[in-house]
Amino acid sequence: MQPLIHINKLNLFYTSFHALKDVTLTIPEKAITAFIGPSGCGKSTLLRTLNRMNDMIPGTRIEGSIAIGGTELYSNEVDVETLRKKVGMVFQQPNPFPKSIYDNIAYGPRLHGIRSKQKLDEIVETSLKSAALWDEVKDHLKRSALSISGGQQQRLCIARALAVNPDILLMDEATSALDPISTLKIEELVQELKDRYTIVMVTHNMHQAARVSNQTVFFLSGEVIEYSDTEKLFSNPTDQRTEDYISGRFG
Amino acid sequence: MSIFQDANRKQIANRRRVDWLLHILFVIATSVGVLALCALIIDVLVDGVARLQPQLFTEFPSRKADGSGMKSALVGTVYMLLIMLPLSFVLGVGAAIYLEEYAGKNRLTRLIQLNISTLAGVPSIVYGILGLTIFVRLMSLDRSLIAGAFTMTLLVLPIIIVSAQEAIRAVPKSRRDASFALGATKWQTVSRSVIPSSLAGILTGVILAMSRAIGETAPLVMIGALTYVAFLPNSLMDSFTVMPIQIYNWISKPQLEFKELAASGILVLLALLLIMNFSAIMLRNKYQKNV
Repeated sequence: MQPLIHINKLNLFYTSFHALKDVTLTIPEKAITAFIGPSGCGKSTLLRTLNRMNDMIPGTRIEGSIAIGGTELYSNEVDVETLRKKVGMVFQQPNPFPKSIYDNIAYGPRLHGIRSKQKLDEIVETSLKSAALWDEVKDHLKRSALSISGGQQQRLCIARALAVNPDILLMDEATSALDPISTLKIEELVQELKDRYTIVMVTHNMHQAARVSNQTVFFLSGEVIEYSDTEKLFSNPTDQRTEDYISGRFG
Repeated sequence: MSIFQDANRKQIANRRRVDWLLHILFVIATSVGVLALCALIIDVLVDGVARLQPQLFTEFPSRKADGSGMKSALVGTVYMLLIMLPLSFVLGVGAAIYLEEYAGKNRLTRLIQLNISTLAGVPSIVYGILGLTIFVRLMSLDRSLIAGAFTMTLLVLPIIIVSAQEAIRAVPKSRRDASFALGATKWQTVSRSVIPSSLAGILTGVILAMSRAIGETAPLVMIGALTYVAFLPNSLMDSFTVMPIQIYNWISKPQLEFKELAASGILVLLALLLIMNFSAIMLRNKYQKNV
């Protein structure tokens, strides 16, 4: 597994709150990396740094290095619109637009200037197929995205993220609002997607991290305590705190 | 014997009595407003229904009540609306978008916010004085249709801004996040996600503000809208009159016939208000379904 994302001594402050402390980490290409840790440990903050969604929170300050494929995310070479096109994101609550299924998927491509109906049709179909939703919705693409179930909505959001052709997909506790069966479907989907995309997921469900991911990173109070192959981290952690957390002694 | 035995019957009876009493009180409070409106409508109907004839819409006002209509006032009101609507929509919604989406949340924006809320409550005559000073005198627009429309725009702007802000604020943050996360710029997010989601609320606010404006008299009297206009305005610079002014003019005449005419004028104005408020409700229902 080739490393794609390099994070080196990254510090992040929300005004005076030190949210990430000297985070150093590499994230491999075309694999699933899971961030675990108790609430408020900084895992979502780091995830949101990867597509610079933190920019919108006033008072955010960043020090250190975070680079994708050798390009610093906070340098002048990177414009945030392109970054977010390349690094898609799926949120905790399914958040489709109150538009048709078709228009939800086409939203991203249209932002980036695709107008041709034929091209959009094509993108909608391939994105929905990639998100394993095509068969369920192909006959009513004009129906409101809010009329389908929560699990389907979340897969729609994944399809929407894929429609702008990203390299990296960020998932911020993407299954925590879903029932077990929908969760399972998304986990299976993520397994399929990792052949084509680099996936970084935040989860508060350790079993999910163990089931799904290739690499796991354990956060505590804004620090990365440990990261390694998922199997190794769960069977043979090197840090006592990791062991305490994964064996359910806190968090 | 039973788990309900230790209940304090007396205390419960008391609580229920208070409940019942307040229930009655709230019903009375509601009825006052409704009854007053009913009384007004009935009174006006009795006086005005006889004069509610086609000539009301086709004739200009005249010295004889029998040949009088409110054509010029009706057309004046419609023209006024047509000028005000796009102006106040663009300015009001633009300001709301700026305050909600672009402006930083700092002391200056809070001050602006406070000012706008205060302006929404400023008496309309004050806007009349402002309009007289700026539009009529300073910009020498005279007592024209355009000067009146500008003044009315100022009057309704704060109302539109505040209601549009509320509508925009009600759009969940997750919808903006979804748009930004796909690489949208701020304007793309606002125009493709925020505005479509808040349009029903915005339009409702705009319509309600318009219906307030068509009932306003004071600011237009202040800037010198004429009370007797026997022609239709042909250009923006022509003088004009509007329905409430015409009604006021008729009602201040001594003859009974003109009082009846005034009543029928009020009926037309009420009908217009009703249509506008009804369409605001329809709009809200239509858009709420897919929000």
